Amino acid sequence: MNVKNSKPVFVGTDVGASRTKVVVLDSEKKIIGQCVKISGTDFTSTANLCLEMSLKMANVDEKDIIKSISTGYGRKNVSFANDTITEIGCHAKGCYHYFPTAITIIDIGGQDNKIIKLDKNGKRSSFKMNRKCAAGTGAFLEEMSARLDIPLEKMDELARQSEEMVKLGSYCTVFSATEVLENIRQGKKLPDIVKGLFFSVIKRITEMDSISEKVVMTGGVVAHNPYLVNMMGKLIERDIWVPDYPQLSGAIGAALYAMEKESIRVN
Amino acid sequence: MGEEKKVTRKKIEATGTMNKYMADYFYELDRASISGDKKIAWCTSVGPAELLLSMDFLVYYPENHGALLGTSRLASEVIPNANALGFSPDICSYLTSDIGAYVKGITPLSKAFEGIESVPKPDVLVFNTNQCRDVKDWFAWYSRELNIPSLGIHTHRNPTDIDENVVNSIAIQMEDLVEPLEEISGNKFDKEEFKRVVALSRECSELWKEVLETASAHPSPFTFFDGTIHMGPAVVLRGTQQAVDYYKLLLKELKERVKNNDGAVEDEQFRLYWEGMPVWGRLRAHSELFAGLKACVLASTYCNSWIFTDFDPEDPFTSMAKAYSELFITKSDEAKEKYMKRMIDFFKIDGVIYHDAKTCPNNSNNRYGMPQRLEKETGVPSLTINGDLNDLRLISDEQTKTNVEAFIEQLEENTM
Repeated sequence: MNVKNSKPVFVGTDVGASRTKVVVLDSEKKIIGQCVKISGTDFTSTANLCLEMSLKMANVDEKDIIKSISTGYGRKNVSFANDTITEIGCHAKGCYHYFPTAITIIDIGGQDNKIIKLDKNGKRSSFKMNRKCAAGTGAFLEEMSARLDIPLEKMDELARQSEEMVKLGSYCTVFSATEVLENIRQGKKLPDIVKGLFFSVIKRITEMDSISEKVVMTGGVVAHNPYLVNMMGKLIERDIWVPDYPQLSGAIGAALYAMEKESIRVN
Repeated sequence: MGEEKKVTRKKIEATGTMNKYMADYFYELDRASISGDKKIAWCTSVGPAELLLSMDFLVYYPENHGALLGTSRLASEVIPNANALGFSPDICSYLTSDIGAYVKGITPLSKAFEGIESVPKPDVLVFNTNQCRDVKDWFAWYSRELNIPSLGIHTHRNPTDIDENVVNSIAIQMEDLVEPLEEISGNKFDKEEFKRVVALSRECSELWKEVLETASAHPSPFTFFDGTIHMGPAVVLRGTQQAVDYYKLLLKELKERVKNNDGAVEDEQFRLYWEGMPVWGRLRAHSELFAGLKACVLASTYCNSWIFTDFDPEDPFTSMAKAYSELFITKSDEAKEKYMKRMIDFFKIDGVIYHDAKTCPNNSNNRYGMPQRLEKETGVPSLTINGDLNDLRLISDEQTKTNVEAFIEQLEENTM
């Protein structure tokens, strides 16, 4: 029989356009439960399922949740959340927890990118989100993986094999796809095309804002494509920090906010 | 689950009077269009309306019609009609929605004012390129389509200071309009009447300025969203007694609100400035979004653009030339930044919202690094939202919402 621990926990839920992430923190800010699932079409059910799985992993009950905050596009659809905070705020909070200094955060998500600048005290000085365009987002890579008929999870491995990267010039996903087809027609190698796609993603991001301070990269695209981080490091000529769970940064930030808000309430 | 808060801005009592004046204005135009009793001039919104009024034209403003197409959300439906004629989806969506609506044979005026079936038929089109080149191209299409003359003034673009040479060249162009307008109207130009109209426009401007400046109170009694509606008389009725009467009434109400500490947004916590065009099809949504976050968007360059304090009835041509050349939109970034700094300071602004309107480059002042420069100089943070004045196909509501909420979170954090 599984005897559950009864201890106070704080939950952060990030319902992104592509994936839903739930994180359970104990009072020492340690991750004791987590879950990632495709957000799908019923955000509420997916969030509930993620909560159930992560509570199970943490070996605690729902009644142990002291406070819960949701974030992401589907933040208003989380039935068990006490409050909502934007993904900008939560990514900032999550990253500053791991890197408590002045940082520039680059988050590459399924549908949007963010560049968030924090001062040395963790306060936001500015943020930028991509414009209403798929360029530079996970959606761009998803579209291209389908066009090239290669699994999304194989892209990182393929890009690493590239010897002569193909340069793609277009800003637009549809026009980029046309360029890719042209390169296929010319007999260019698949790894070179995939590396070109990665380069296109990081170029679009560096166009969004100036990069200053130490750079932290997060998001699902970063979690699954570490080679893209290497490429970004070379492009901007600086080291890049990646937290242990880059895809969970927003959810971790939400859980930390939950803890902070509770402590403000109690005190 | 986080409940979406529905917050509306406080209603302004004077609105009923404004609606009556606006209805009278459109019905008078409609009657003249049908009967032919009076000549009708179409004029750009910051065109030489005073001259036209003094020559007994009824003046109709297609940009106002563009805004009505936006607020009624008909714009996105009719823009494709103009696109099909060769007008790019990337150019002014006032132009494309107005021409698109004309081609489709519809107007929001029919819904707003029972019995009006179409926009009034013009006898002449008069533009001033002080805003952009698009207004000239817009009128050129109607000129060809309806076989009526299009006359205009070509304003110098991007000066930092409006010097005597600039003013004189515009004044001469304005005087040159007199002869063809006399011919079209059948009326002789009467300088005394012109002075009278200019004096009324000046009075309207002074009152409108005072109305907008009430927003410097804490809390502000008035929002930018109110301003976009209540600027109607300053746009289409300036130069008339009704506009003067209306702003006296509105000003009285707002002063009363200030006296009673009655804010337009409940529990105003943040004071914001709007730079750029409104998103006409999202006025209510944006108003509620900001009010729900206890943020009052209380001032804007856009509403200020109908303040013409240079009008001088004693020197009507020169002063009108100066007034219509001193517009924010015609100026260099250097001049615009000085102006913005004054506004940020005067209204005690906590943050600036730049609206990057896809089809209106001239009113999207974020595109040459101004937000970054002003942030550095003033320390006041800013947010750019992507959208459009009329074309709702260019808008992502979710992105706007997340950006605005995150911006308010940032302001909150910085006050802690």
